[in-house]
Amino acid sequence: MEWEVVIGLETHAQLQTRSKIFSGASTTYGAEPNTQACEISIALPGVLPVLNKEAVNCAIRFGLAVDAEIAPVSVFARKNYFYPDLPKGYQISQYELPVVGKGALTIQVGDTEKTIRITRAHLEEDAGKSVHGAAEGMSGIDLNRAGTPLLEIVTEPDMRSAAEAVAYAKKLHELVQWIGICDGNMQEGSFRCDVNVSVRPKGSDKLGTRREIKNLNSFKFMQQAIEYETRWQIETLEDGGKIEQATVLFNPDTGETRAMRSKEEANDYRYFPDPDLLPLAISEADKAAVKATMPELPQAMQARFVSEYKLSAYDASTLTSSRAIAAYFEATVAAFVGEAKLAANWVMGSVAAKLNEEDKDISASPVSAMQLAGLLKRIADNTISNKIAREVFDAMWAGEGDADAIIEKKGLKQVTDSGAIEAIIDEVLAANAAMVEEYKAGKEKAFNALVGQCMKASRGKANPSQVNELLKKKLS
Amino acid sequence: MSLNTADVKRIAHLARIEISESEAEATLHKLSGILGLIEQMQAVDTTGIAPMSHSQDVTQRLREDVVTKTNQREAFQKIAPAVENGLYLVPKVIE
Repeated sequence: MEWEVVIGLETHAQLQTRSKIFSGASTTYGAEPNTQACEISIALPGVLPVLNKEAVNCAIRFGLAVDAEIAPVSVFARKNYFYPDLPKGYQISQYELPVVGKGALTIQVGDTEKTIRITRAHLEEDAGKSVHGAAEGMSGIDLNRAGTPLLEIVTEPDMRSAAEAVAYAKKLHELVQWIGICDGNMQEGSFRCDVNVSVRPKGSDKLGTRREIKNLNSFKFMQQAIEYETRWQIETLEDGGKIEQATVLFNPDTGETRAMRSKEEANDYRYFPDPDLLPLAISEADKAAVKATMPELPQAMQARFVSEYKLSAYDASTLTSSRAIAAYFEATVAAFVGEAKLAANWVMGSVAAKLNEEDKDISASPVSAMQLAGLLKRIADNTISNKIAREVFDAMWAGEGDADAIIEKKGLKQVTDSGAIEAIIDEVLAANAAMVEEYKAGKEKAFNALVGQCMKASRGKANPSQVNELLKKKLS
Repeated sequence: MSLNTADVKRIAHLARIEISESEAEATLHKLSGILGLIEQMQAVDTTGIAPMSHSQDVTQRLREDVVTKTNQREAFQKIAPAVENGLYLVPKVIE
């Protein structure tokens, strides 16, 4: 039988606020245990939560970015469960009336575009952290993270492969950083995904029983976990077994998913509206104020790059993979005042390769957009060839100065004087009589070899198209 | 809806409240009374009335995103039963 996998995602994005969602405690990562845990974070009796305006604005930004309904009134609810790193005994979340309603995000897998429906996004607080093995028979509790604002983003079960799920997660990861609501740091847990996976016979419109893979914090693990889980479910069903609804964890060492010890009690969160918090009202004016501060969204910018700069959809998508890359590219084009495609090739080529090699972000590039434009100008006006330009670029990267200074210092200026080029050609022809014979006998390849010899003789400085032209003339 | 003592014990367990057999009986009686009252209220026709999520018809006041809390760990941990290296210690939660 042919099977189909059905996948939905729940993503927790930690919002980039200075203070916690319901208190004025700091959210800075990595502080000494419990030094950022105020009386509200540790849930002393009698304290009251007060909602952070910036957390609400982040939710509105997200809602606008995925073209979603933003609830004029939404409600905070208590999700009750017992765990020591949740000192109140409940998590403040949203249940029936979330702040962000139905929206959509378009992803690209290979050449196909697909729209993933977003069911909802709601505000909630994070829990603290349990440190096991702190003392014999005890667990240590650090409540610095307790109360950190999260936006939980839930999709419809719209994805049909691990590749689609990863494409969605990456796209969402880019988007939350683009609109400045989340730093996207997966190692620090700022962006974590739970993936619901089920399988069904292809063509069926009934959903199979799902298992939820919890807390995936890398795209690679997500891919592996979904692939393993899908295989496991299909094998189980083909062997006549049944899938039980469960929460599973992925073990990166074995590449396997494994069900967590089943809870004695099925999830019974006994949600109810939190009487400590009044309903959250968002007016049209609130939305408009946030909208005015929104950057151009990646999708729109991509379309503009295609029309304004005549780039391919692929180039436009690569250049808009982050706001920093897009800004670098646009600054380069603006300063270059030349063909945008050349700038695109350099940003996606040499610049990206170097950054990758040194594991640097584009904001830390030693070659600024202005400097890159300076180099491109020298390519465009034939001062240097593309090949020499790469040499100049490496020198710029190493901090040897601007393109012009390096070209001057190293004597890399392209030779365009036809007299000088002819002199080189004459030398090469005299020294390579055998090749000339071959060419004259009809071997086209010999011509390219001769061009190569001329370029070599000029140490790469001769203008290649002039060499071609003059060589042809001489051999005819 | 009617409750039995098993329901009461389950609810108590979810809330991590220890109750004795006799307390469970007494609690069952009290909770059933509350549910009875709710049943009575549900008889009222509320067609066309939007449910309220709060008893007061006002909306949430928002706080500016400013760090106002300072580190009070020492004071808070003075009243904690057990602490070590800045962590609150609790009975082991994972075996």
